[in-house]
Amino acid sequence: MSDKIRKIPGITKESTEALIAETLSIYPEKAKKKRAPHLGANDQGSGTACVKSNKKTVPGVMSARGCAYAGAKGVVWGPIRDMVHVSHGPVGCGWYSWGTRRNLVTGINGVTQFAMQFTSDFQEKDIVYGGDKKLKTLLEEAHDLFPLAKGISVLSECPVGLIGDDINSVAKKSAKELDIPIIPCNCEGFRGVSQSLGHHISNDTIRDYIIETREFAEPSSPYDIALIGDYNIGGDVWSAKSLLEEIGLNVKSVWTGDGELEKIAATHTVKLNLIHCYRSMNYMCKVMEEKYGIPWLEFNFFGPTKIRESLRAIGERFDDTIKEKVELAIAKYEPIMQAIIDEYKPRLDGKKVMLLVGGLRPRHTIGAYEDLGMDCVGSGYEFAHTDDYDRTAPEMPEATVVYDDPSEYEFEKFAHALKPDLIGSGIKEKYVFQKMGIPFRQMHSWDYSGPYHGYQGFEIFARDVDMAVNSPTWKLVKAPF
Amino acid sequence: MSNLLGLEVKKIVETPPEEVERVKNWIDSEEYKEKNFARQALVINPAHACQPLGAQLAAHGFEGTLPFVHGSQGCASYYRSTLNRHFREPAPAVSDSMTEDGAVFGGQNNLHEGLENACALYKPKMIAIFTSCMPEVIGDDLTAFIKNAKQKGCVPKELPTPYANTPSFNGTHIHGYDSMLVSILQNLTEDKKIDGRCTGKLNLIPGCDFNTGDYREYKRIMKEFGVPTTILADIGDTFDSPCDGTYNIYAGGTKLEEAADSINGKATIAIGPYATPRTFSWIKDNYSGKHVSMPMPMGIEKTDNLLLKISELFGKDVPASLKNERGRAVDAMTDSQQYMHGKKFAVYGDPDYLMGYVSFLLEMGARPHHILCSRGSKKAEKELQGLLDGSMYGNGCKIYMNKDLWHLRSLVVTDPVDAIIGDTHGKFAARDAKVPLFRFGFPIFDRVNKHRFPLIGYQGVINMVTEICNKFIDIKDETCEDRFFEMMR
Repeated sequence: MSDKIRKIPGITKESTEALIAETLSIYPEKAKKKRAPHLGANDQGSGTACVKSNKKTVPGVMSARGCAYAGAKGVVWGPIRDMVHVSHGPVGCGWYSWGTRRNLVTGINGVTQFAMQFTSDFQEKDIVYGGDKKLKTLLEEAHDLFPLAKGISVLSECPVGLIGDDINSVAKKSAKELDIPIIPCNCEGFRGVSQSLGHHISNDTIRDYIIETREFAEPSSPYDIALIGDYNIGGDVWSAKSLLEEIGLNVKSVWTGDGELEKIAATHTVKLNLIHCYRSMNYMCKVMEEKYGIPWLEFNFFGPTKIRESLRAIGERFDDTIKEKVELAIAKYEPIMQAIIDEYKPRLDGKKVMLLVGGLRPRHTIGAYEDLGMDCVGSGYEFAHTDDYDRTAPEMPEATVVYDDPSEYEFEKFAHALKPDLIGSGIKEKYVFQKMGIPFRQMHSWDYSGPYHGYQGFEIFARDVDMAVNSPTWKLVKAPF
Repeated sequence: MSNLLGLEVKKIVETPPEEVERVKNWIDSEEYKEKNFARQALVINPAHACQPLGAQLAAHGFEGTLPFVHGSQGCASYYRSTLNRHFREPAPAVSDSMTEDGAVFGGQNNLHEGLENACALYKPKMIAIFTSCMPEVIGDDLTAFIKNAKQKGCVPKELPTPYANTPSFNGTHIHGYDSMLVSILQNLTEDKKIDGRCTGKLNLIPGCDFNTGDYREYKRIMKEFGVPTTILADIGDTFDSPCDGTYNIYAGGTKLEEAADSINGKATIAIGPYATPRTFSWIKDNYSGKHVSMPMPMGIEKTDNLLLKISELFGKDVPASLKNERGRAVDAMTDSQQYMHGKKFAVYGDPDYLMGYVSFLLEMGARPHHILCSRGSKKAEKELQGLLDGSMYGNGCKIYMNKDLWHLRSLVVTDPVDAIIGDTHGKFAARDAKVPLFRFGFPIFDRVNKHRFPLIGYQGVINMVTEICNKFIDIKDETCEDRFFEMMR
């Protein structure tokens, strides 16, 4: 957390509020009233949210949001590598979310890992007569064809909930017959206001069907931890895990990047839960705290400043052997990090970045940009809640614009006014801004690069940011005639 | 024992390496293939998407048109990001974000609010509305909803608002394309037919084609012919717009006036009979002039047939420039046929693409050994069989209808081929079979600029021949023993 108020030249509360007012002026009355509380000027000192959040998307405005199914399949369940994840319903949802999140996995495809697209491919007759029978058959087929799969998740798409199928009873019966965990997840896309409810529903199903059904074969140690809310985008888990191991911790399970079902099921015996993406996994951290007394700690592995703060905070939870290793690791990596900063900072110093990502990165990556000398002049989330915006306030410079679930129109207007040197957001936004000649990195998927977590990740992050901002191709955008 | 299921807490068991090895070998076996083909309910790695995706593509093909998804918002995000990834271009579309209360009360309020906001923010010249699952399951009445929207003033009365029912639990993206396209044409041409008027133009419907290069190629061919042409649903510029420092939300598309006047055209050719049956049958009954439905012009013969048809419809000889182009394409084929002759291919995709791949491969003396369509019809199967029967290189080739890419994997590991033609989703099967995948279909997420290189026409032949043959030569260079590594190939 920054201890002093940071100011950006030219950005004041008044200028930001004028920008917001001008942006909203085009909206019809009702929509303007709905959108206004979701846009605000940051109050860095307050440490509290300056916007409302987690409300229904205003129809017709072009939101970047997805749905509960996306939160369940794409985020929480999908990355568990040794399970079959069935997209239950019509063919599309599973097809669109097939391999598009970049949650990398180890193992052999179709043998020990199942990063594939399994669907019941609903047809008209399944809508009319219900899909429960089909589900029962396909669960048997999946078990038959993929005998090493440790379990099956059934992720409901919209029609399943609307036609009143009972996937829970099918799952229960089949789990018994096939003797494997089968987890029904009622994450229909029309539920809730964004991906966020899908995360919550999925956490609940882990609570109801998974946790404490397994235990580790080896004896426990005081250094057993779980890495929560890291989805291994571009290999993030592999980078974070090796750093945690280097400071002497045993990473017993990962939720859920490159995850293994049985290890997740045995997480109730660890000593500390380390949570990276608070938004998508705080629910189960709280459950494990209440039920098993496991404390949890948020941490940030983006950029050397935040990594250092986080490692020390983690060390505080353990004895001196860990604390010593933390200092050793910091001493070992900081010169390497400094060399990276020395290389890139001269080219990036004072450059401005705007962010619009999911539920964590709009605040967690700010420090990494600042390490490179860049200022974040606008940030917002697709599906964050108030507690996320509370955590964002101290990270953002004073009076910068904060936007919750912005429409593409708003995002464009803000970018037009603030003239950032880089925008970090998603694939739907990427080409809009690149046409305008604004450098862009996809910050959900690391733009087919990564990892960005940990010391290892910062080197790649710095290289990618530099290559986006300083690519000579941007100079060619304006024709000389 | 305190898990919520009341189950015994088991110790974690790692799968023994020899068991992993056994299963790894087993999934490559004939026995597994049989089991895999016996599947009744489970679909694994399908090679098709759902209707609304195609509907959005068609909507993007018209000037100033905002695609509007009536349904859950996640659907719109999925269609948009799929198109973004394939074209590496913006794909603006809105949704009316139906949620639980929509399930109870229907989606009329969402639709009305959505239309009003979309008009204010994005100032479209047309809003093309199509549905995802939710309103289809609960039975929303779009006709009434849109009529009410105009009465209430949510949207200007004169703004065209064609709509299509595109349930995802029926058909694939190609059917959604067809439904949206016919609805747009019906809307725009209403009362526009003028007795005795003939625009003198050809209406060309490229079908559910995701290759912007193809659209440019059609236009070039027609220019060579000197036949004025209206492309109906022209995504050529929409998804291949210049990077010049400005963002134009509506970067391309057929002019609405031109589309409206298309009903008075001299002739209409609908390409892709499997992606345009409803559109074509409506056009036959309503449009002036002659009407023809033709396959995608992939390969020499299918391109010849298109040119002959245009020549016949417009009473013009095929121009010398196109004749020369044909000669150059044939030259490319004869020069390189030795690298493809007898090679076995597995091909998969939408029926219209498949007809094209198969014709082209047979012309090259290659074998379309496994032909797989993940949602096909008896008619498509018959047509494919006809192509196979017409060539000695079709002997022994087999068609698999309504099978998926996990079936394809079984096929290519048990009955090997030299290469696969399809879209990005086949890369896992190709890797397991250790053969190259030629990305000619949709979507292509893992290679750049492929959508800019046409596959249709004579130029398409040259592109396909070049890509395929050079890859085979690359493989030879990369894998041959040193003593066989030589200067010439």
